[in-house]
Amino acid sequence: MSGLTLFDKLWDAHSVRSLDTQTALIAIDRILLHERTGGIAMKALAEDGRAVRDPARVFVTMDHVVDTLPGRGDRTIMPTGTQFITQTREAALAAGVTLFDLGDPRQGIVHVISPENAIVLPGLTLVCPDSHTCTQGALGALAWGIGSSEAEHALATNTLRVKRPATMRITVTGLLPDAATAKDLALHIVATIGSAGARGHVVEYAGPAIAALSVEERMTLCNMATELAAFTALIAPDEKVFAYFKGRSYAPGASQWDDAVAHWRCLVSDPDAQFDREIAIDAGNVAPMISWGTSPEQSIRLDQPVPATLAGPAGHAAARSHAYMGVDAGSPLIGLPIDAAFIGSCTNARLSDLRKAAAILQGRTVAPGLRAICVPGSSRVKAEAEAEGLDQIFRDAGFEWREAGCSMCFFAGGESFGAGERVISTTNRNFESRQGHGTRTHLASPETVAASAVAGHIVDPRGYR
Amino acid sequence: MAFQPVRTVTSAAVPLLRDNIDTDAIIPSREMKSVAKTGLADGLFAGWRYLDEKTRTPDPAFVLNAQRWAGAQILLGGQNFGCGSSREHAAWALAEYGFRAIIAESFNPIFHGNCVRNGILPVALDAVPIAALDAVVHIDLTTQTVACAGQEWPFHLDEESRAMLLDGLDPIALTLHDADLIAAFETHDRAARRWAWEPLEGSLHD
Repeated sequence: MSGLTLFDKLWDAHSVRSLDTQTALIAIDRILLHERTGGIAMKALAEDGRAVRDPARVFVTMDHVVDTLPGRGDRTIMPTGTQFITQTREAALAAGVTLFDLGDPRQGIVHVISPENAIVLPGLTLVCPDSHTCTQGALGALAWGIGSSEAEHALATNTLRVKRPATMRITVTGLLPDAATAKDLALHIVATIGSAGARGHVVEYAGPAIAALSVEERMTLCNMATELAAFTALIAPDEKVFAYFKGRSYAPGASQWDDAVAHWRCLVSDPDAQFDREIAIDAGNVAPMISWGTSPEQSIRLDQPVPATLAGPAGHAAARSHAYMGVDAGSPLIGLPIDAAFIGSCTNARLSDLRKAAAILQGRTVAPGLRAICVPGSSRVKAEAEAEGLDQIFRDAGFEWREAGCSMCFFAGGESFGAGERVISTTNRNFESRQGHGTRTHLASPETVAASAVAGHIVDPRGYR
Repeated sequence: MAFQPVRTVTSAAVPLLRDNIDTDAIIPSREMKSVAKTGLADGLFAGWRYLDEKTRTPDPAFVLNAQRWAGAQILLGGQNFGCGSSREHAAWALAEYGFRAIIAESFNPIFHGNCVRNGILPVALDAVPIAALDAVVHIDLTTQTVACAGQEWPFHLDEESRAMLLDGLDPIALTLHDADLIAAFETHDRAARRWAWEPLEGSLHD
C-alpha cells in the first residue's frame, strides 16, 4: 500500500463517517463569515429555527461591502450596502459568534485576518462562503470555499457532506528568479494549465521554489487556486509556518504549543504517496506576468505580445476578450497607457506586498491624471504599514491610502473604475466588468502595478528597483 | 431551504456556449442588493442582458432576450461554468428566473454544489452533444440521460447530489440524524487535539 498524501491525512483525521463511495461527513474546525455571503447564511439559519451549534468556532468580519474611505461607518457608497453590515452584525450578536466589526483592530479581509489571528492553523479544516478560502491552505489547513447553504450546514452541524476531491501535486522545481514574485508564479501556473486545469482536484504545491517562499508569498500563490477551479490548495507546513503562528491571538498557548508543533510536523505527504495527477513547473522559467484578457488564464509574460486569435470556439472566446480589453493580437502590452492602478485584495495586500510596492514608489510619483489606490488587507496591516511609514510613501507618490477591505477588487454598485478604463491591479480576477462596468483589468504583481502607476503605462518593474 | 425535487426536465435549451462563464457575469455584485435569497432574477446576466442596466433596456443581441427562448428551463454552457465567486446568489438567480437544469461541458465545483442545493440539475456533457441540443431537450435524472431529436446521451451525477435533487432533501436535517456520531467524534478529537480546541475556549469572552 502506498503512503498518504497530506490531503489524505487531513481528510482521514476529519472524517466522521463515510456517506457513500464518494462522499464523507467531514468535521469542520473553524467557520469564517463575511457580510456579503455570511449574513444571509446566519439569517436563513435563524429563520429556519436552527441554532449555531458551536459559536466559539465561528468568526465574522466586515470586508466585502464596507467602504474603505477614511472616516467610514455603516453607511456605504454601495446602494443598500448598509443593510449587509447591520444585518450581519445583528445576526452575529444574536448567534453569539465572534465579530470583528468596523473599528475593531482585527477587522479586515477574511483571508488576511484569519492567518493574522491564527484562526486558521495547520491541520485544521476551515470553510468560508468565499471562493478565495483556498488562500489559507498555504498554512497547511484544509480550507475551502463553499456556498451560503453549505455555510448554514456547517454552522448548524459543524460538519459538511463533502465529495472527496482527487489529488494533484504541482511541484515547482528550481527557484524563482529575483524578478519573479509569487503572483507571477500564480499567473504563470493558471496560464499554463488553464482556468479549469485543476478542476475536481485538491492541489498540493511542493518543491524547492515553494519551500523558499515566505508564508505571505505562499498565501498569494494558494489564493489563486480557485482560478484553476481547484477544490483548494495546500502547502505542507514547515518551520516558517510554525514561527509565523507563535504568539498570535488564537494560536495554541504555551501549554499546548509543543503538542501542536509535533502534530503539524506530520502534515506532509509521505515519500511514496500517490497523487492522481502530477505536474512539474520550472520556477526558473517564471518571469513578471500580466493578464491580457478577461480570464486569469489569459496571462502572458510582460515581454510577450498579446496572443493571436485561434480558430474554433477558443478563438471566439479570445476574440471577445481582445475586443473587450481593447488589445490587439501580436501587440505588446508594455507601453499601453493605463487610467488607474489598484493595490489591494486577498491576493496581494499583506505587509510584504505593500513593502515591495513602496520600495518602488519611494521618491517617485504616479503619472499625472492617473488614479492610484492602495487598500491594506487588514486594519492590522494598515497599522503596521503606518508604523513603518509606508503610508507616507504611498501618499507622497500620489496614492490614496485607504481603510482595510476588499474595496474595488469588484464592483458592488458603489465605487468603481469607469467604462473602458484600463486598470492595472494586484487582484485575482479580470472578468468582464469585475472592477466596474466595462472596466479593463490587467492582473499583475504589486511591483508591476507600482512601477506602471509611476510610468502611466504598463512597464516591466525590473527597471524601477 | 426546500425546493421542488428534480426528476425530469423537458424544455428548449438556451445556448450560451461560452467557456468560463463566471458568477460575476451570472449575477453581478451590484445586483445583489439585499440580504435575501430572492429578488435576483431581474439581475441575472445583467451586464450582458441589458444595454442600459439602469433602465433595464434589453440588448436584443443577447440570447436570453430572444422570444424563442422565453420560458426555457434549460441553459447550455461551455467549460468551467460558474467559475469565480462562491456567491450562491448565482444559483438563486438562475432558479428564480426559471432554470431547472444547466448542461455544460464542466462546472466549477462551488457552483455545482450551489446548484444541487437549490434544485438546479447540473449536467456535464461533451461539446458535441451540447451543440446538438437545438430542439426540445428531455433530461431524466433517474436514468441519467439527456435526449433530443431522437438521440440520447448518458451523463453522470454523484450519488449524494442525485439523492438531494431527486428527493428534494434538506441536507442539514439529514446530517442531524448523525448528531450523536458527531458528538462522539468531537469528544475524542477534543482529547486527541487539545491544541486545536483550547484556543477557542476564551474566544467568546473577548
